[in-house]
Amino acid sequence: MPVRIITTHLEFEGRVSEQRVVMEGDEPPVWGEDAELRIVGKPTPRVDGRERVTGGATYTYDIQLPGQLTAAALRSPHAHARVTRVDASRAEAMPGVRAVLHRFNAGDLIDPNRDRSVFAEELPYAGAIVALVLADTREQAADACAAVMVEYETLPFVVDPEAALQPEAPRVLSDRPHNKLNDEYPQTYQRGDVDAGIREAEVTVEARFETPAAMHNSMETHGATAQWDGRTLTIYSSTQDIFGVRRAVAKALGLHQNQVRAIKQYMGGGFGSKFGPHESGLLAAYAAHRLGRPVQYMLSREDENVAAGHRSATIQHFRLGAQRDGTLTAIEQRTVGNLGALAGWFPATAMATKELYQCANVRTIDEGARTNLGPFAAFRAPGVVEGIAAMETAVDQLAAALGMDPLELRLKNYAERHQDMQRPYARKLLREAYEIGAERIGWATRDAEARRYPKGRDGTLRRGVGMASQLWGGDGGPPAQAQAKLLPDGTAVIITGTQDIGTGTRTVLAQIAAEELGLPLEAVRVELGDTEFGLYSPPSGGSMTLASMGPAVRMAAAEARKDALEIVGHLVEAPADALDIRDGGIVNRETGREMGTLGSYLEQLDGHEVTAKGMRGPNAENVTVRTFGAQFAEVEVDLGTGQVRVRRIVAVHDCGRIVNPLTFSSQIEGGIIQGLGFALMEQRVVDQRFGTVMNANLEQFHIPTIRDVPEIDIVLLDRPNTYANTLGALGAGEPPIIPTPGAIANAVAHAIGRPVSGLPLTPDRILDLLK
Amino acid sequence: MPNAPSQSPDAAPTAAPHRTVHLTVNGIAHEIEVETRRTLLDALRADLHLTGAKPGCGMGDCGACTVLIEGEAVYSCLTLAVACEGRAITTIEGLSSSDGELDPVQSAFIAHDALQCGFCTPGQVLAMKALLARNPHPSDDEIARAMSGNLCRCGAYPKILAAGRALAGHPS
Ligand code: FES
Ligand code: FES
Repeated sequence: MPVRIITTHLEFEGRVSEQRVVMEGDEPPVWGEDAELRIVGKPTPRVDGRERVTGGATYTYDIQLPGQLTAAALRSPHAHARVTRVDASRAEAMPGVRAVLHRFNAGDLIDPNRDRSVFAEELPYAGAIVALVLADTREQAADACAAVMVEYETLPFVVDPEAALQPEAPRVLSDRPHNKLNDEYPQTYQRGDVDAGIREAEVTVEARFETPAAMHNSMETHGATAQWDGRTLTIYSSTQDIFGVRRAVAKALGLHQNQVRAIKQYMGGGFGSKFGPHESGLLAAYAAHRLGRPVQYMLSREDENVAAGHRSATIQHFRLGAQRDGTLTAIEQRTVGNLGALAGWFPATAMATKELYQCANVRTIDEGARTNLGPFAAFRAPGVVEGIAAMETAVDQLAAALGMDPLELRLKNYAERHQDMQRPYARKLLREAYEIGAERIGWATRDAEARRYPKGRDGTLRRGVGMASQLWGGDGGPPAQAQAKLLPDGTAVIITGTQDIGTGTRTVLAQIAAEELGLPLEAVRVELGDTEFGLYSPPSGGSMTLASMGPAVRMAAAEARKDALEIVGHLVEAPADALDIRDGGIVNRETGREMGTLGSYLEQLDGHEVTAKGMRGPNAENVTVRTFGAQFAEVEVDLGTGQVRVRRIVAVHDCGRIVNPLTFSSQIEGGIIQGLGFALMEQRVVDQRFGTVMNANLEQFHIPTIRDVPEIDIVLLDRPNTYANTLGALGAGEPPIIPTPGAIANAVAHAIGRPVSGLPLTPDRILDLLK
Repeated sequence: MPNAPSQSPDAAPTAAPHRTVHLTVNGIAHEIEVETRRTLLDALRADLHLTGAKPGCGMGDCGACTVLIEGEAVYSCLTLAVACEGRAITTIEGLSSSDGELDPVQSAFIAHDALQCGFCTPGQVLAMKALLARNPHPSDDEIARAMSGNLCRCGAYPKILAAGRALAGHPS
């Protein structure tokens, strides 16, 4: 098969990169509006549902290998310190303890993603790892941790991001000249002239909005189980990115990539926080390699919350200018991001600011501040959730200042093209989303309804309705590969190296393969989550799994089907294109005659398996592919207690073709519920005096329970986006969380008749606003 | 996060006391020797290799470790193994019949997609099972109350409620 190399562009969480695609063969034509599909598009329960409800699904935490040791970490109690001495002699002598690793005996373990020793001398946050105990049991490991004696030299620290950016602030990392993310910060984006735009504005609004650090709290914490057999290191990792694990572990241990096998069959959530092996995976691998025994290191819930990431906190200042008729003349956003000590990038808080509204004069300034807090990690639409919440509440304030309906103001400034790239959107159904959502929530009568709303026994209940817009990429891209095998009995195995992080990837890929192969769903099995046998797949994040892997699987299946029909054609002495596979049977296309099952032919081949490869082709050039949507929220606020209750969310999202409406709606609901948690309750609390996190658990850090769930009304705009890929499908992981906090915040502002100043909208914040 | 400097050098225990416990798990009698401080969760997972009950928080906040003791849903991370002497315990592995037929709660969870990553699911299924055993036709509010001790970060709640409603015999 001749190989072609094509250059394409890939957008991942707001950052665009150039990508080379190697293509062998061609992708099948796009499934358009009129494609007749039997399995794709039908609500389909998960193909691995049984494993998940019976305890048969083996998560990383559940791996138990003979002789396996368990690990527990000793972490720094200081916001900033240097470790000067570790005395592990007592710990090492305790029952069941096999090793204690720390700076003075394992300082050579370098985290390739941070270019820094895992056991660094400088501990830049409370929770930085100091020692790892390996013992036979969990209790023994915990006991020994408490017996490791450490001497620290404490250093000055700073946890407030604005204070950290002052010239006289203590250095977060002592070898750096400043606390900025890097020398390129602050980073400014500019289009037109914002100051002129503000001068020519007839109405201006200035708003400050803060968003909290929210911890992911995936139900399964970060961690790994590793085994070294003298030649190969096998690592079971709770990861969204097995190939990233392989790369980093090989590098850290000085092994070839063919000596490292990364496996992840089931994982208990990631939400963006589980790219690469994390320090826990590196430690498990290192310890297993060094001790020659299997090692499991899973983080405790507390360690997870201080050392495995969170959505970084922001302080945002918006300035908006408009003419009397609502036409925007200027948008300015200045964002201070509290990135923690070990950050490497800045979340896309400005993505929507640059393109959601038509405006000639736009400026965004990102100030990335390092502070003596744990590292942040991508969290479901990192930056975009925070940016949209701040901007959409500012837009509502502008609408109030103009005396205009907020939705009308948005439509007045509707952007038909991607202004930054100066090119069209492949499709933008945002206007439709606004209209449908407005209709369903009763937007036109929201003021009247609010006045009519029963005020409760104490006269303190108020109702509000608000909305916010959503924009995101989600079109995926190469490289992504898959293989299809047809076995002698006519069943199929689809081999990929992707991850199902809970979204239902295995199910949608099986649907796509079954559709293309002409087999019933039950005849298709999808393999994933193993670098040894899988083919390269991108990390499962950025809403790109389906849109990247789906087309690769579809192409592999299409090629396998072609080859199989070729073979059958030889056997029955008919041209292959006169034949078809339908529901597992061979059919003559013209006459419709049924000619027996596919298996009845393949089994004549003495064990030959039909195999074919597929890959994701290049992305469309000269257009921007986006998912757009809108959410509308109805809330009830008790002015007496400050309690906010979300009663209803209407969600309208265009994610292209919907492969599985059942799992799609689950993802939309999940995103909304996480967004609701971010809007109302999730907030890391840091003791400013000591720089320590006070609620690194699930008791004081609140996430939504089943009783917090509102009525959720999802409108499916199930239409293929033919520019996106051969499925016409886009990702749905991130879109649903993006507008929820902004919609809730605007609904609360509507209910209380005042603007809100930030999230979360806890009772004390509401009571403050009412003062 | 253990904090070493605040510990006195002799604070750590030396030989941990052990005891023999008899547990009937999923209908099978077991005799195990455990440290007296070992949780039921650790005994199930480490001693009996039943990993269906999950460690989510280790402190009674999330419900991932839920199992049934004499039909009652409990957090096994907050229950000591030695406190279960002679008790009958059901874990998720024991819910379907031995010929592999799923319990109606399990089937309803699959049909309604009441799970995403599935890590909380064993606990959710068992909490629902316990609810239906004591109240076969719970109202929506009763379902929500009974399930509110089981966190799901993926947000499968609307579908868990739908599964519960179907099991309770409410029209969908
Ligand atoms: S692990 Fe038992 S409640 Fe969380
Ligand atoms: S399904 Fe993932 S935590 Fe509930």
